[in-house]
Amino acid sequence: MTDDHVYLALAEEHEGTDARWAFGTGFEDPLHGVDTDVPAGVDTVELAAACTALGDDALVSAQRLAEWCTNAPELEDEVALANIGLDLLGQARLLYTRAGQVDGTGRGEDDFAYLREASEFRNLRLAELPNGDFAFSVARLLVFSTWRLALFTQLAASSPDPVLSAIAAKAVKETTYHLRYAADWTVRLGDGTELSARKMGAAMEQVAVFLDEVCEAGAKSAVDAVALREAVIAQLRHVCDVATLVYPAPGQDPLRGRDGQHTEYLAPLIEELQSLARALPGAVW
Amino acid sequence: MSENNGTQESQDAPSWPLYEVFVRGKRGLNHVHVGSLHAADDRMALSNARDLYTRRNEGVSIWVVRSSNIAASSRDEKDAFFDPSADKVYRHPTFYDIPADIPHI
Repeated sequence: MTDDHVYLALAEEHEGTDARWAFGTGFEDPLHGVDTDVPAGVDTVELAAACTALGDDALVSAQRLAEWCTNAPELEDEVALANIGLDLLGQARLLYTRAGQVDGTGRGEDDFAYLREASEFRNLRLAELPNGDFAFSVARLLVFSTWRLALFTQLAASSPDPVLSAIAAKAVKETTYHLRYAADWTVRLGDGTELSARKMGAAMEQVAVFLDEVCEAGAKSAVDAVALREAVIAQLRHVCDVATLVYPAPGQDPLRGRDGQHTEYLAPLIEELQSLARALPGAVW
Repeated sequence: MSENNGTQESQDAPSWPLYEVFVRGKRGLNHVHVGSLHAADDRMALSNARDLYTRRNEGVSIWVVRSSNIAASSRDEKDAFFDPSADKVYRHPTFYDIPADIPHI
């Protein structure tokens, strides 16, 4: 028996180039080879804003998930959370690149991630909150990935921009796994011990404060906002039922991250995220 | 939202059972043992295996099995088990020519 080791494929040549999977592919442009023309009739300002906002959600969430490294309750979950963060980071790269192409500025992914002030970010307030305990991070990931999966499913099917549609189609697969992970843990903790149920219930109440903001945020991405909200609420109710948790009443936080109204927690997060790029402009690996 | 107060409690709990992980790679024909992990049950074991052992695109299929469910040959029996096969060259069908277009032998 030869050729049967799973890791051998990593060092294989990649389509005749030197780029091997294990060593990174070194592509400069994440949308390399994609037809990036904008179809007639698409509002480029709106499209750029939608891509930027979705990219900001992903980048800020990825940063928070990365903070679990060395802190998660189990080694296995540390890797799982980091994996989810890296998926989101990949989504942010594609979304920022698309935003820079259509907004006419020619900015690249790094310009969006590293060279904007915190006040210019348009991510959801939910995404920027500190990690809290594991239950809170799970509850946030549950809401975030439920909403993102519903949104990307719509965008994949009906976005007028074929590039955003393709990014969404890729993200649907990733986000489906994120939702599975978060829902599994919500059920484990909600239907677990008395202590874990209490913590999971408290975490769901904390994230419910931001539920309106999350559901509303789809409206600016050219999707069916009513269907989106219904899909999100139905999914969250289902998970709460299975987890034997009371579905929390949505809170009334009136502020909107999409309008640049952020919590006090965003600025320090962005500062840390950008510290290397600010100290060593143009640094590369 | 106190800082990671879940960590402290989990350290007091008994650790999760050990699972062995087998992954079938894209090029491979059979599942190959790649390592082990801890998980509370089968479903979590599959999730954890996906995250720990296939995140660099290694696999298309995963098996997990509780380590305690594996019956293993013991080191003490090594001689009785394996030495008798060391000198039976006639068990190797070396007198066949294997056609070039027969793969995986």
